[in-house]
Amino acid sequence: MKALCWEGTNEVAIENVPDPQIRNSGDVILKVRASAVCGSDLHLLGGYIPAMQSGDVLGHEFLGEVAEVGPGVRDRKVGDRVVVCSFVGCGRCWYCTHDLWSLCDNANTNPGITEALWGSAIGACYGYSHALGGFAGSHAEYIRVPFADHGTFVVPDELADDLAAVFASDAGPTGWMGADLGGVKSGDVVAVWGCGGVGQVAARAAVLLGAERVISIDRIPERLAQAEKYMGVETIDYAKTDVGAELRERTGGRGPDVCIEAVGMEAHSTGPEYLYDQIKQQLRLQTDRPTAVREAIYNCRKGGSVFCLGVFAGVVDKFPLGALMNKGLTFRGAQQHGHRYIPMLLDRIASGDLPTRHLATHPMSLDEGPEGYRLFKEKEDNCVRAVFQP
Amino acid sequence: MALTKTIGRAAAVAGAVAGGLAARRSRPRQDGTDARRWFVVTVNRSPEEVMPDGKLPEPLARLGDAIEVRIRPAPGDKGTELAARLTHPPESGPAGAKARLHGEDPRQQVRTALREAKAILEVGEVVLPDAPGTTHPGLGGRLVAVADRIAQGKGRL
Repeated sequence: MKALCWEGTNEVAIENVPDPQIRNSGDVILKVRASAVCGSDLHLLGGYIPAMQSGDVLGHEFLGEVAEVGPGVRDRKVGDRVVVCSFVGCGRCWYCTHDLWSLCDNANTNPGITEALWGSAIGACYGYSHALGGFAGSHAEYIRVPFADHGTFVVPDELADDLAAVFASDAGPTGWMGADLGGVKSGDVVAVWGCGGVGQVAARAAVLLGAERVISIDRIPERLAQAEKYMGVETIDYAKTDVGAELRERTGGRGPDVCIEAVGMEAHSTGPEYLYDQIKQQLRLQTDRPTAVREAIYNCRKGGSVFCLGVFAGVVDKFPLGALMNKGLTFRGAQQHGHRYIPMLLDRIASGDLPTRHLATHPMSLDEGPEGYRLFKEKEDNCVRAVFQP
Repeated sequence: MALTKTIGRAAAVAGAVAGGLAARRSRPRQDGTDARRWFVVTVNRSPEEVMPDGKLPEPLARLGDAIEVRIRPAPGDKGTELAARLTHPPESGPAGAKARLHGEDPRQQVRTALREAKAILEVGEVVLPDAPGTTHPGLGGRLVAVADRIAQGKGRL
């Protein structure tokens, strides 16, 4: 079959690779119908995530049709149109049974790697390095889905558009989780750093959870415009104004009650710290550029909450621990626990509560994958997300 | 160019690993305690389900007299702590280092058996990697493949 593979730093290519096979009783093989690029894929592309091998199939946000079922699968059948959570969860360990699905004890086939990096192994993610399980990704004609009874979700018939439903796989639950676990409640002022797919969903989730004001921050005009038009939130263009001053002015000098970081390890900024962080990252004196995390902590109101949704790999410099401690903040982060949100999100997408179709600015064939990644990385042609339809 | 990429990736891995290492406290001088330390997993099952009639889960049973095993309920209704350790200390020195590199250190076998026992008890089987694979790794990728191969038996368990 054809697949879009990582071939080295900033290199992807379409290759012919072996078809996936059923390996465990709970597996299904899915015929991929839509597979979206994600901002976190750019960290793989840029060589910032360790444990990639040439030929690894990329892609973790996807929707497809069940083509084959393993002997232990009970709730799925051939022909089901399903969206798949990007994280693999066994459904039986303590973490899965407590709705902490991305922390699954049994899904990662290489637990020693993340135990060494982070002190504990987390679960597995499709197409996201051998440190996170080594499972092939979804930028392919077919994909193997382990623990399918838990990780696949039938898309309701009324949600016919694959290009809207596919975002219930990763951007939807990741963004929603930021608002939910960040503790957004009625009357809050919420600031969201990043207006990509995840950031836009986080902003919309904050609105739907009762926030009185939601302010999204980015520098890319079309993304800011999308956040305003589709998600119904205020915006700040950080390239044109002082974010901290703007937030203080809009929040009566307090700062936002909840700050959600949806940017990750390759953050940009207009200040001198950008050069500093770039140099340190390129020399591997830090693995990640935490600009947005610093801003979120610094600008959050006293006693507020900061949630880190962006993907980080290792260690960062100039982390404002003093602000975190002295302001009495709650700081939390997670890879997405999508299984707890996806059914609700599919209903919300279908009803129009949570618009997502606009995120798929560049639907294209799998053969056009390398060009899709180029457009997405360079943010050309107003690309918010390329979505491959094999 | 390829060498540059390999160095770059190695640096990325080194940077990330450095984070893990930086978080560890310096280790006290080896006094033989490590060789007798228990390796432990917590299984989301009751003690009766973990060792029915005192019978060991199969992956641990295969290690026979090479290990001793104990279980106890985990606090907070988190299941059962399943622990194992070697009955005899592993080889040290060059022979021990060679065994670790080849994934033949008996401690790696204990870790692997514990992880497999937990998976079988909780989900009925051990999740397998994709096969056949899609990769054609270069030098840097082959290092990742080595890490993959021994990862099941390594880590902080």
